[in-house]
Amino acid sequence: MFEYYLSLFIRAVFVENMALAFFLGMCTFLAVSKKVQTAIGLGVAVIVVLTITVPVNNIIFQYLLKDGALAWAGMPNVDLSFLGLLSYIGVIAALVQILEMFLDRYVPALYNALGVFLPLITVNCAILGASLFMVERDYNFGESIVYGMGAGIGWALAIVALAGIREKLKYSDVPAGLRGLGITFIAVGLMSLGFMSFSGVQL
Amino acid sequence: MSEVGPKEVIVQPIFENNPIALQILGICSALAVTSSLQVTLVMCVALTTVCAFSNLSISLIRNHIPGSIRIIVQMIIIASLVIVVDQVLKAYAYQTSKQLSVFVGLIITNCIVMGRAEAFAMKNPPGLSFLDGIGNGLGYSVILIAVAVIRELFGSGKLLGIEIFPLVTEGGWYHANGLMLLPPSAFFIIGLLIWALRSWKPKQVEAPDYKLAPQSTALREAH
Repeated sequence: MFEYYLSLFIRAVFVENMALAFFLGMCTFLAVSKKVQTAIGLGVAVIVVLTITVPVNNIIFQYLLKDGALAWAGMPNVDLSFLGLLSYIGVIAALVQILEMFLDRYVPALYNALGVFLPLITVNCAILGASLFMVERDYNFGESIVYGMGAGIGWALAIVALAGIREKLKYSDVPAGLRGLGITFIAVGLMSLGFMSFSGVQL
Repeated sequence: MSEVGPKEVIVQPIFENNPIALQILGICSALAVTSSLQVTLVMCVALTTVCAFSNLSISLIRNHIPGSIRIIVQMIIIASLVIVVDQVLKAYAYQTSKQLSVFVGLIITNCIVMGRAEAFAMKNPPGLSFLDGIGNGLGYSVILIAVAVIRELFGSGKLLGIEIFPLVTEGGWYHANGLMLLPPSAFFIIGLLIWALRSWKPKQVEAPDYKLAPQSTALREAH
């Protein structure tokens, strides 16, 4: 059992890396990766939010939206799965808001470190993407916790690595048209190529 | 973009102010769905529709949305539109909708839709906003279709499933380039497309963070 979860975790972090294999959260990934310091802050925020939202959405899917999930309320023929998108994004927006207030009250140091990135996470595709993948693959509650955390760590790892590369890259002499965005794309492509070497790894 | 007519609103986002190449918006889905042209076309139509109609509806009620909850209102409108598109795709193009998997849902968090709603539809009349949505959808589509054509043509020698380059395995002459079907190629192609676009329109080139220092005379004499 433990091995199964470990394998799921490793797969979520490396093989199915959110940023480099599925291109999720790319907008923030490219926009906020200029400094390692901010990249780490954003990475931590994504890990926290993913670890919470994926299991919560899992509960909502299992007990409210799935075909026949409302059997406990006496309505076994109701299929609300078309409301999925709306509820997941609602849950994510609400949770990010709650998390923001909680951190502001109890962990001000982390709150200040994360700053503007916390609200921005709502519109990060990686968060919604992870919830949708969870539904598509029909994970149970335990799996969804492991998957959410793994996906978050994978994404954080990728953005910190890219920020490290970009910090060095700005000193290099890049052709004018390729400067900035262009060369970043190519660097990410090379990283993605590197991460492909993990594919097929199974524990 | 204060005094613009309908034509500029549609044409500008395509090359001058392209959402993907210049504003770095909506890249997530741009890369993941481009390995086959047919899927890409469906995605482009879906995004353009959502973007145009979300701009239209947000612009219609823009004077009634309180500033503090506008993000949530925009999000709900966009999410509802995406659900409609998703259901339509499931009903009429089930195979393609399976291939797109989660990426139709991810239109919700696509920054282009959100960005245009916030930046344009909140300040402009409905008609113009609708056209702006279409224009930005087209800007997105141009890049996506270009990437998809390159990837599918060189990756499997086909376009829309029709053979263009006969493959060696089927008695032809073309060796399929497997790399083109893998994720990293999308990054390279977009990077190079940006290079091409910026060489054509040098105004878009970013300023360098640092300049190479000219070699000092002392160093040169020492050589």
